Formats: sequence, C-alpha cells, structure tokens
Amino acid sequence: MQPVVRLRSIVCLLGRFPALAGLDLDAAAGEVVLLSGGNGAGKTTLLRLIAGLVAVHSGEAEVLGRDLTRDRRSHRRELALVGHESACYDDLTTRENVDFAVRAAGASPDVAADALEQLGLAPLADVAHGRLSTGQRRRLALAIALARGPKLLLLDEPHAGLDAEGRAVLDEVLAAASEDGRTVLLASHELDRTRALATREVVLTAGRAHGSLAAEPQPEPARQ
Amino acid sequence: MNLAQEVGLVAGKDLRIERRARVTLQQILPFGAIVLLLFAFALDPDRGVLRRVAPGLFWVAVLLAVLLAVSRAFTIETEHAARDGLRLSGLDPAAIFLGKAAAIAVQLVVLEALLAAGVVLLFDVSLSSIGPLVLATLAATVGLAATGTLYGVLAVGLRMRETLVPVLLLPVVSPVLLGATRAWEAAIDGAPSDAWPWVGVLSVFAVLAVGAGMLAFGPLLEEA
Repeated sequence: MQPVVRLRSIVCLLGRFPALAGLDLDAAAGEVVLLSGGNGAGKTTLLRLIAGLVAVHSGEAEVLGRDLTRDRRSHRRELALVGHESACYDDLTTRENVDFAVRAAGASPDVAADALEQLGLAPLADVAHGRLSTGQRRRLALAIALARGPKLLLLDEPHAGLDAEGRAVLDEVLAAASEDGRTVLLASHELDRTRALATREVVLTAGRAHGSLAAEPQPEPARQ
Repeated sequence: MNLAQEVGLVAGKDLRIERRARVTLQQILPFGAIVLLLFAFALDPDRGVLRRVAPGLFWVAVLLAVLLAVSRAFTIETEHAARDGLRLSGLDPAAIFLGKAAAIAVQLVVLEALLAAGVVLLFDVSLSSIGPLVLATLAATVGLAATGTLYGVLAVGLRMRETLVPVLLLPVVSPVLLGATRAWEAAIDGAPSDAWPWVGVLSVFAVLAVGAGMLAFGPLLEEA
C-alpha cells in the first residue's frame, strides 16, 4: 500500500539553520505516529513541511500522493494542521470560524455543527474567538481540523492548554480518527499520555528521525 | 466552489470582521476627515484655493486611508497565525487576492462617499459631471485596492511592514493619484470630455493591477 507520507533524506533550512537534516519517515493510512524529541529537534518544522508550509530544500517528499518538491499546495485540502495557534479570527464567532474553514475546504456546512458538538463547543458557538480561553481556542482549532474531513491530521502539542475534559475529548478524537482510516502525526512532549494513543513512536534528534521509521503493515493501535 | 464563490467567501469574511471591528468608520474615516480639515485650515479659503485643490486633497486623503485599510486587512491575517489557516484552506490564491481586494474596495467606496460629502461641504465644490466622476472613482478604487492588497501581502511577514507598505505602495499608485485628480478636476470644472481619457488611464491601471495581483499573490503569500 502506498504510504500517506513518504520522506527520504529531507533537508529543510530555516534561514541557514538545518531544522531537518537528512530525515526519513513513512506513515501509512490509519497510523497514529508520535513524534517525540527535545525542544528544537525539528518536530514543528516536520509537521509544517508535510503541510507544505515550509519548502523542502533537498530530498524526496511525497504526501498524499503529491511530490512536495514540485507542488506543496494541492494536497492541503486533504489535510489539517493544528499548530500552536488557532489560525482563527478574533472578531468572528466560534461558529463563523468553523463555517469559513469548512466552506473553504469544500466540505458540507452541516459538519461544522457536528464538529462543535463533538468538541463540546456548541454552547460557545456564538461567542467571538477573541473571548475564548486558551483551552477553548485549542478545541476550536481541533474542531476546524476535524470538520475539514482530512485524510491526514497533523497535531503539534495538541494537549497543551487543554483541561482534563478537553484532554479526554482529544484522546477520543484521536482514537476515532485512526479507526476512520485517517493518518495522524502527533508531536508531543506528553509522552505518557500520547504513547498510549500512538501506533508508533519516532524520536527526532537535531533534525533526524530515530526509532521505527517505516510504516509497519497492519499496525495495531496500542491504547489503554 | 468556483472562483466567484471563493472570492465571495473571503470578501464576506473580511467585511464581517470589519463590520464588527468598525476600524474603517471609527478610525480611518476620522483620519481622512482630519486630513481634509487640516488642509481647509492651512489653505486660504477666501481666494478659491480650496476649490482648486479639492480633488488633489480628496485623493491624498483617500490614499492615506488606503494605507490604513491595507494594513488592517493583513493585520487580521497575522494574529493567531490566521495566514497559515488561509494558506491551508484550499482556497485558490487568486480568489484570496480578489476577495481581500474586494473587501478593501467596498470599504474605500463607503469612505470615498463620506469624504466626498465632506469635500462638497467644506470646500464649496459642486460635482457637476457625475458620470465620469463616478467611473473615475470606481476605477481608481479598484486599482488602489488591488495594488494595496498585493503590496500588503508582500510585507505581511515583516516586522517593519507598517513603514514598508507606504514606502513601496505610494510611488506605484502615483499614476492613480494623478489620473483620479485630473478626472475630478475636469468633472468639477464641468468639462467631462477632459475627464474621459483619465478614466481610461485609471481603468487600464485597474486591469493591470488586478491581473498582476492574481498572478503574483499566491507566490507572495507562500514566501511572505
């Protein structure tokens, strides 16, 4: 089966600094890959590179069947990235932010309400993003990501800022995403929690990947 | 979604944000009005000077307002990394460009109508040839909005964007200032035949600005 993500000898420079230095990685459909490693190891850059937000300087990068060295835009409608910030607009309400993202992605507007319900944001649907707490903004970013119906979900420290209820909801969402056949790449420092959700862990050190780099056939989710 | 629907989605989003924030009405319009008032105090109103320079003053006020409107249009994309959301949205970059330019143009039209009323009242000007005056204003507005959007995205990722945008933008839109001022002078003097060539110049500038923006906005959005 063709991997959803296939990276070979990837080098990515941020200015003159090699944020990724010869990285290899495969991820198959339905896998939940945990990216671990210290600060500055390259986890965020790797997720942004897979999303097409930063350029590949050398190496082979194929994501969702597209060669990112030639085209890093056309696969974006099939993925979602939840980064450190919500990528939302302060003066739009929770519902309006989700509606905008869903309509832009060409998905059905009906899924926006479902996503808000799933993340426990329905009571805040008419509250402006600028009035939400940090944790509520994280939930909103996740709701938008799910509402877009992505094949590939990229999550950068998704548990950060969430309360206990939010973390539990996130864990359920990750489990459901994997069961739906979505590929999840998850960068996190909360290893005790996320290892239980992941099918595989890849450790990044100074822009290189170590550990189980290749997708294993028919991975079995390891959950608590 | 087709291009027109995507343009409507982006423009609708920006105008909804503006309607809530009211930056145009509460900050940019008073700024334009103050510019007109200051010139009214500075120049001698008894010798018909104000009437002669009214078109130029009007368009200088509009031009300064454009700088604020463009800055505002891209400030909302830098907060909470909304620009990443826009890049990942799946929207055609040309549609993003046209949508943002359309939203700026709508705000400018409202602003121009109010400032024109101010010019008529303050400077004792009668607008006799409405046809060329309106067409010149619309063509100039489209040109200014398109050029402003293009230069706005160019500077969006830079710390010095507030000072860089005026330095880059003002020389480029000087033909608009010239053409629109001449067209207004002709319209005020009751010589519409003198206004039409300037309407043509402004229309050509507008078409070129829109075309260049549709081509260049995508790469600039990626690299900014």
